[in-house]
Formats: sequence, structure tokens, C-alpha cells
Amino acid sequence: MENVASKGRVAQEQRGLSRKQRNLLWGLLFTSPAIIGFFLWQFGPIMAAIGISLTEWKIVGTPEWIGLANYQKIFTTDPLFLKSVSVTLIYTALSVPASIAFAFFLAVLLDQKVRLLPVFRTIFYLPSIVPFIASSYLWLWLFNPDFGALNAIIRPLGLPESKWIFASDSVLPSLALMSLWGVGGTMLIFLAGLQGVPKQLYEAVEVDGGNVWHKMRHVTIPIMTPVIFFNFVLTTINTLQTFTQPFVMTQGGPNNASLFYVLYLYRKAFRQSDMGYASALSIILLLIIGVLTYIIFRTSSLWVFYEGERD
Amino acid sequence: MTIQRQTIFRTALAYFGLIMLSIIFLIPLYWLVRSSLMDDSTIFTFPPQWIPNPVAWENYDFALSRYPLFQYLGNTLTILIPALVGTIVSATLVAYGFARISWPGRDLVFGLLLSTLMLPYVVTLIPTFFMWSRLGFVDTYVPLIVPSWFGGGMFNIFLLRQFFRTIPQDYDEAATLDGANHFQILWHLIVPMSRPAIITIAIFSFLHHWNDFLGPLIYISDPEKQTLALGLSNFQGYYSAEWGHLMAASTLMILPIIVLFFVAQKYFIKGIALGGLKG
Repeated sequence: MENVASKGRVAQEQRGLSRKQRNLLWGLLFTSPAIIGFFLWQFGPIMAAIGISLTEWKIVGTPEWIGLANYQKIFTTDPLFLKSVSVTLIYTALSVPASIAFAFFLAVLLDQKVRLLPVFRTIFYLPSIVPFIASSYLWLWLFNPDFGALNAIIRPLGLPESKWIFASDSVLPSLALMSLWGVGGTMLIFLAGLQGVPKQLYEAVEVDGGNVWHKMRHVTIPIMTPVIFFNFVLTTINTLQTFTQPFVMTQGGPNNASLFYVLYLYRKAFRQSDMGYASALSIILLLIIGVLTYIIFRTSSLWVFYEGERD
Repeated sequence: MTIQRQTIFRTALAYFGLIMLSIIFLIPLYWLVRSSLMDDSTIFTFPPQWIPNPVAWENYDFALSRYPLFQYLGNTLTILIPALVGTIVSATLVAYGFARISWPGRDLVFGLLLSTLMLPYVVTLIPTFFMWSRLGFVDTYVPLIVPSWFGGGMFNIFLLRQFFRTIPQDYDEAATLDGANHFQILWHLIVPMSRPAIITIAIFSFLHHWNDFLGPLIYISDPEKQTLALGLSNFQGYYSAEWGHLMAASTLMILPIIVLFFVAQKYFIKGIALGGLKG
């Protein structure tokens, strides 16, 4: 067997290229769509965005070089920039921890060896694949203070009715509530993780006289921290880029209380055709996301537990 | 005995929680269908009724007759089908290159490409839009299809690569000895063994293009060329009387996705789990 293999190898090497070189060529050939795509749709556009951000450019006409003036304007004289950053960060702080905790809770419930698991799993998962555009209209209607379902539920219970997304102090919590409806994907990732937790660890806790809470605190959560971390990073990055919901449901209102960053950027770029300014905003978002991700990664060693490190 | 009672109590609690939460999760979808079956005289009664009485189908008639839903559907599929094929073909090739061929620098390149998952899409939006407008492709489907042929997105590549790596390398070596080249190994060996993973990325790609709103919003302005997602926004109405129509049209847009989910349920579940875990 070994002999035949080496003969084959020798035969191929005689054709001029070493095995290593041939593998390199084949590897590059197969991966070339993604590598070319990277330069066409990622690297090239980022470089171009940096360039455009240093110009004054209203799409018609030629870009005029103005150096860092866009950035200077954004940081010194643009109240809407600060507003949109704070809206986006507040919403992220409301929505992400709540979504992660809720998805984790649902997954733990589903992991209790219940019958009809596929039925419950389907019910919790389905909303997450409903198109954003459709779920945005649906929730706009659910939030309707007079004819919507939410106040129709609250009213008979004697709780105070809310204006939901139609009042500036309740719009962000309302949108965060809506985001909980779409945690199905996150929940499935947690569920798969939970099913991989070694059962003998639970038994060990039982032997030591531990209860459900001890199992959760000392087994489930520590073992799940890498999955929690993964979901936390992805959900944070996605949430910082929220666009469709405010675009459809509130147009950033009332009174700019839901002026999300990407919505503001979209307006600058495609409503006011201020491409230079919008590009500067996009680069700043890239930096914000980069810094936040870096912080999350750096602090992860404090709380994320990797199996390999156990020994 | 106590442990047994504890277990029964816990199971009962879990069921109670699951049933209550299921009801809460279903209320919005129920409200969607309920509203789509009400006419203006019943939808705007106060307090709102929970059950449509009488059931009115006219919203569906209206949505189908006044709005070109079938044309929107045709437009959506005109984008979706070539994009889907592009994603499957190119993601399979790329994933093979990252999973089954060992070449110097492979993991570095893979890591670099994978890091683009964290890149906010708006950063590339403006230059890409400018490029397509310079090339004269704004208001065509080209900008919405062509990028799918360049790997179909790192998430799909990642998913396929993880799956390909689970196939023992011995198969490839045996095939190589029989004189098979990489294309033959991929086509005759890897693809048949990876059908669940390929179906998974096909589903994700379908969902992505079916649901895509921002892409058509930016590139398509001709009303004749609008997609379902974009066309839905034509139903806009806040306190106006369009709610029944909007809910009927939304129901029609969501329905195929629910059908798709039930047909391909096991792949959905597996694919998500696979995509999340091995990160």
C-alpha cells in the first residue's frame, strides 16, 4: 500500500511540481471565488469607503477632497450622530442581554426531556425566520395603541396601557420586546450545546447532594460559556446594525427616539446623497464594532471556560 | 422518593412554562391571520375582537388583485434562483478548498475571510453601490445575484467546511490512487456524502434572498421590478385602512417559508446547531 502510494507520488512529481506546490495551486483554485470575492466585496469597498469618507461628494459631480472634515463635523457639530449612537447603544444594552438570557431559558426548558419537543421547538423557532419586513409590519400593528393585540391583552388585566413604539420613552423597550420574539435561532444553538453537556457531571452534583440550581450554577453555565460567548458576540454585532425595524415601523421617531445608527447612515447616503459624510459614518461604525468586539474578546478570558483548559 | 417527586414537579413546571410561552409566541402570528380575515368595519372596533366575525376573505382578493403579488413573486424568484445556484456551487468549491486540500497559508486565509463575518454591511454598501451604478447595473438584478457566485457568504462556506472535515481523509487518498482529481473527488465522493449540509446552506440562502429588504430597496427603483419584500412596503399605512390588506399580503409572504420549514425541518435544526457549535 505504502509502496503504491509513493510510486504514485513519484510519478506526479515527475510532472514538474512538488506535491506542496500542486496543493497550493489546487487550494487557491478552489478557494479563488471567495478570495476574489473578498477583494471585490470586502477589502476593496472598505478601502474605497475610507477614501470616500475623506471627500465631499453628493453622488452627482466629482468627489472633492476635504481631508478629515467629515469626521470633524460628525464629532463636533452633529447632534444626530450622538443621538443615533446613544439610541443604538441603549437598544443593544436592552435587547442583547435580554435575548441571550431568554434564548438560554427557552433552551433549558426544552432540554427537560419533554414530549412534543419538536412541536415546542418549532413554535419558538418559526418567528425567527419570518422576514423582517413582514414581522415589522406585524408588530407595528400589534403595538397599535387602540386596535393592537398588546393593549388588548393588557387592558382586561387592569395594567396601564402603553403607547409602545409611539412614545419616545417606550419605543426602545418596545423594540427590544419585539426582538425577544425572534430569538429562535439563538435558542437552537443553545439547545444543541446543552445536549452536549456530559451527563456524568450532573450525576456528580447529585451524588454531592446538589439541587437543580447547583447543577445550573456549577455545571450547565460553566460548560455553556463558550456557546454563550459565541451567541453574545454575534447578537451584539447584528443588533448594532439594526435597520429594517426602525425604517419600517418608526422612521426613527418619535422625535428621533429610535434614530438607529444605520438608519441615520442610510438617510445620509440614499436620501440626502451625502456619500462622503455617510462613508465617514460607516467607518466610525466599523471602529465602534471593532472596539466592542475587542473588549468582548479581551474580557472573555475572565468568564469563558474552554474544555481544553480544564486539565 | 423525594428525588422522584422533585423530578415530577420539575417536569410539570417545564410543561407549564412551555405551554404558556408557546401561547405567547403564537399570539403575534394568530393576530396576523386574524387581522387578515377582517374587513374595515370589524378590524377597527374598540375594544378589538379576538375572533373575526364574520370571516372576510376580501383582503386576500384585494391584495392579489390590486397589488401585482405574482409579479413580485416572479421577480423574487428571478433573483433567488440564480443566487441560490451560485451560492451552492461556489460555496461547495471554496469549502472543499479549505477543508480537503492542505496548502500553505490555508488557515490564515480562512481566518481572514471568516473575520469578515464581523464586518458591518453598511461599510461596503456605498462603494459597492457606486461601483454598480458606474457599471450601469442599478435597477437591474445583477448586483443582487452576482455576489452570491463568489463563495455565497462566509457563513455558508464555514458551515460546509465544518461538515466536509468530518469525512475521513482516507477516502480521498484511495480515490487519488485510483487516479481521481480534486473535481472528481468533490463530485463523486464529498458532495454525495454532504447532502444534509448542502441542503442546509440552500435553505439559508433561500431565506436570505426571500427576506432581503435592504438590497432591493437600494438597487431597485422601477416598480415593475420590485420583489415581494420591497413590494410589501407599498401597503404602508399607519392609522389608515390598509391594515387588513397588509396583514393578508404578509401572511402570503410568510406562508411559503412556513411550508419550507416543515418540509426541511431536520436540516434547519441540524444546520443551526452545526453553525453555532464548532466555532
